[in-house]
Amino acid sequence: MTAPKRTPLFDAHIAASAKMVDFAGWEMPIHYGSQLKEHEIVRSDAGMFDVSHMTVVDITGSDAKGWLQKLIANDVSKLGFEGKALYSGMLNEQGGVVDDLIVYLTATGYRMVINAGTTEKDLAWMDKQSAGFDVKLQVRRDLAMLAVQGPNAIAKVCTVKPELAEAIQALKVFQGLPQGEWFYARTGYTGEDGLEIMIPATEAINFFNQLQAAGVAPIGLGARDTLRLEAGMNLYGHDMDETVSPLEAGMGWTIAWNPEERDFIGRKALEAQKAAGVAMKQVGLVLEGRGVLREGQKVVVDGQEGIITSGTFSPTLKHSIAIARVPASTGATAQVDLRGTLTDVRVVKMPFVRNGKKVFE
Amino acid sequence: MSNIPAELKYVSSHEWLRLEADGTVTVGITEHAQELLGDIVFVELPSVGSALGDGEQAGVVESVKAASDIYAPIAGEVLAVNAELEAAPDLANSEPYAAGWFFKLKPANAADLDKLLDAAAYAAEIGA
Repeated sequence: MTAPKRTPLFDAHIAASAKMVDFAGWEMPIHYGSQLKEHEIVRSDAGMFDVSHMTVVDITGSDAKGWLQKLIANDVSKLGFEGKALYSGMLNEQGGVVDDLIVYLTATGYRMVINAGTTEKDLAWMDKQSAGFDVKLQVRRDLAMLAVQGPNAIAKVCTVKPELAEAIQALKVFQGLPQGEWFYARTGYTGEDGLEIMIPATEAINFFNQLQAAGVAPIGLGARDTLRLEAGMNLYGHDMDETVSPLEAGMGWTIAWNPEERDFIGRKALEAQKAAGVAMKQVGLVLEGRGVLREGQKVVVDGQEGIITSGTFSPTLKHSIAIARVPASTGATAQVDLRGTLTDVRVVKMPFVRNGKKVFE
Repeated sequence: MSNIPAELKYVSSHEWLRLEADGTVTVGITEHAQELLGDIVFVELPSVGSALGDGEQAGVVESVKAASDIYAPIAGEVLAVNAELEAAPDLANSEPYAAGWFFKLKPANAADLDKLLDAAAYAAEIGA
């Protein structure tokens, strides 16, 4: 066992009384007292998450664009200007998901943000796929990353960075603002408005403290999970992995089928799946009675089976919700094996919560 | 550092027991248990009047993080359950030894209490 790694913000978490846990080999804050209170703060005000454990990779070289058009299922030719962001799956030849990621267009090429737990595997995969391409990958461990999320998040960041307020407020969703080594992107993983900010590691604690003084509360990974689940957003390794097709994991919208001649890795497998008929689909489940839906529980629909890939108690809705992979024929209801009892649940279209409010019917 | 009141009895599955003056026993979960569970969102309690065997499942605590069974620490008849937990399950987080109690038992055999852990033994058990 190697000792867990620490982000540049480790000391700030300790100072804020965080309960630290091992997450994907990193010593990270799970909560700073109450996960439920932190969840509520992000839905109603502004909170910040240390996401420095995720990996930033800068991609340069004359073939960077062509290489990314082969490497990922979405098409970087959609990125029309510097700072623009794109969400995509990176697939294997069988059409399984190696990772999900965000890629930005930068002044020198592209910047990709990949998951912490998949970093070594991803880098090995990307290295293998780079044969014959003029591309250079640079892992940016010199950067920290803070996600500042909530209805008041952007306003509070602007009080700390008044000189940038106008430019930050002008950002549209999935757009980013480079400022030297800093980068402000209007993206997130909570279903609220906000920013994900890359910061030189040496300046991270000072910025964290300034945000805290401006009324932005530190939020742990526990609330990050309930927030993203309410927002209906996938978590890698739970809602999809290398054995799951993006077509069965609610990621169909991230696949750029046109132009037809773009031969991204996994394309042939996905086309074969579409031709044969995709057997499973991703849905949201709602349990309005007592009990909590949990990952791994069996879903039963007309004698066929599915599985819950993420489940929790929804702090906003005050009942349980889940993301599940179920037979494609599933209608408006299903049953879940809840600790030995088959329990009726409703099947809904996700997300569950957006901008603080319930959105499903 | 967990609070482990000296006057209570304990079992290693993290329930506490308090012998009341009338010979009945009040049962809840320890502060250590609620710390492990995190924010508690549902508590399912046994039916009043049911007879529980020693170590028999008596309910379920669901937190945001996990579901955990509650066991009867000794055999007995359920005399009452804490209805407050229905609307305010977080009482088990905030006041595990007071307003967050779970149920009251009439012990089948009063001598069963003598076999339980005291505070020092429970502290050793959880490494406190």
